[in-house]
Amino acid sequence: MGEFNMKDTYILGIETSCDETAVAIVKNGREIISNVVASQIESHKRFGGVVPEIASRHHVEQITLVLEEAFQESGLSFNDIDAIAVTEGPGLVGALLIGVNAAKALAFANNKPLVGVHHIAGHIYANQLMEEFQFPLLALIVSGGHTELVLMKEHGSYEVIGETRDDAAGEAYDKVARMLNLPYPGGPHIDRLAREGEISIDFPRAWLEEDSYDFSFSGLKSAVINKIHNANQKGITLKPEDIAASFQASVIDVLVTKTVKAAKQYQVKQVIVAGGVAANRGLRAELEVRFSETGIPLLIPPLKLCTDNAAMIAAAGTIDFEKGNRAGLDLNANPSLLLK
Amino acid sequence: MYTLTIDTSTQSLGVAILKDNEVLGEIITNIAKNHSVRLMPAIDYLLREVGLEPKQLSKIVVAKGPGSYTGVRIGLTTAKTLAWSLKIPVVGVSSLEGLAYRGLLTNSLICPFFDARRGLIYTGLYEVNGDSLVLVEKEQNILIEDWLKQLEKMERNILFISPDIQKHRQLIKERLSSYAEIPEMPYHIMNPSDLALAAIDKVEDQVHTLTPNYLRLAEAEAKWLKAQEDKANG
Ligand SMILES: [Zn+2]
Repeated sequence: MGEFNMKDTYILGIETSCDETAVAIVKNGREIISNVVASQIESHKRFGGVVPEIASRHHVEQITLVLEEAFQESGLSFNDIDAIAVTEGPGLVGALLIGVNAAKALAFANNKPLVGVHHIAGHIYANQLMEEFQFPLLALIVSGGHTELVLMKEHGSYEVIGETRDDAAGEAYDKVARMLNLPYPGGPHIDRLAREGEISIDFPRAWLEEDSYDFSFSGLKSAVINKIHNANQKGITLKPEDIAASFQASVIDVLVTKTVKAAKQYQVKQVIVAGGVAANRGLRAELEVRFSETGIPLLIPPLKLCTDNAAMIAAAGTIDFEKGNRAGLDLNANPSLLLK
Repeated sequence: MYTLTIDTSTQSLGVAILKDNEVLGEIITNIAKNHSVRLMPAIDYLLREVGLEPKQLSKIVVAKGPGSYTGVRIGLTTAKTLAWSLKIPVVGVSSLEGLAYRGLLTNSLICPFFDARRGLIYTGLYEVNGDSLVLVEKEQNILIEDWLKQLEKMERNILFISPDIQKHRQLIKERLSSYAEIPEMPYHIMNPSDLALAAIDKVEDQVHTLTPNYLRLAEAEAKWLKAQEDKANG
């Protein structure tokens, strides 16, 4: 550095789109200064899933506490902050509203710029906290709410080339887990059971049209439910480990095959995996095997950055901030915000 | 000493700024529009109009519910975050109490209420004591029929104040006849500056622990608790 002194950029990120109240401060879009996540998972467990009203209640109880902790952890004050980035959508509207209104109050009280961030852009930029992006890149986002393939030709530009037409992959995991009487959230339990089982049941794979990168998991989910019902009626007991292994094999096969195909077609320089399901060991292992054959670098962030957090929102918000994108004090939560 | 007050607990949106106990400005709208979109711009506008910077504020008072869950949370999140960031005190005032201040000049009992659907209302009973109100009957979420039966037994004049007055006017008149006093429509909307009045003798809240006054469990929670109870009772 030395000869010219570039000023560092510090962005405060806020994320409340589902069941995590999160605040983080990120330097230059790459370096985490603080990253605080208050998870509500214990509270929602007894309901077997996230209850939107309960999530909103927790967010309003947590938000200033989490803000304070993020600042304490950083050793910074508001004077050091260049802008506030907040998840604008998609997500649960009542939950998003807490983050959005807190962000607006902070921007107003401190006269700082405000930036609205798309939650999926955040998931993608979680990777930027680990490694610099090389364009074009392909991102596979898999979580409880999303299954998407996004092509990026430059920073802040997103082209959704494939998305789910019904259930998100994580949703299918949760539903199958419920069928197997596994506790919420079911994904990690299926992943664990799958490692102990055999792929002995041939569940369908929804490839859709030849040239489509879209996904569909509702047929698979129904097939699993039918298989269990039929077996029960005939008095046959299927091993839950085998159901988990076979179900997971079907999900992973479709996800990985389509991702590899898209990566080759668009000649990308990097493939990024993001979202809560990116923590799935079976998915990681299969992606690693299949991408090592292609020679295309595969990036999967550590678990802490796969699940919802605010560092990713601050990282994505840094790009918006540098591009000059600004939100007004009339910024609203948008539960069905599109990625563009 | 500049106080900012905020009310978004029902359809009406109210923001006021007071210098000591004198109102400098107030914004009230009573239209079905999004509080999340309009609250912060309203605060911004009012501060500019009275020539104040956010940093000059010394206290925030917010209507903490009951009312619309989402509306209450928008007001409370804004108030808490502003107070935390500006390092100034925040006071949460019951939305019912804030509304009841519209009756500060009456000798009657004051019954503020909000419709809570399915025959239920959020309500409480207040009485004037000098310059402030005292709670006579605790705030609750109750069937309006049951509530009116209780009030009937008091055999006292009661002033009813509610943005939902039209929906229940007839029933109140039927049950309480001449004891029921129902003022003209403009009296049924909260004056946000009244919140500052209501907050005068209240201890300031801890910003982190100030939470909405829902008066009702979330539906999923109520069901869950009932299921636990049923289990315990076999
Ligand atoms: Zn997410």
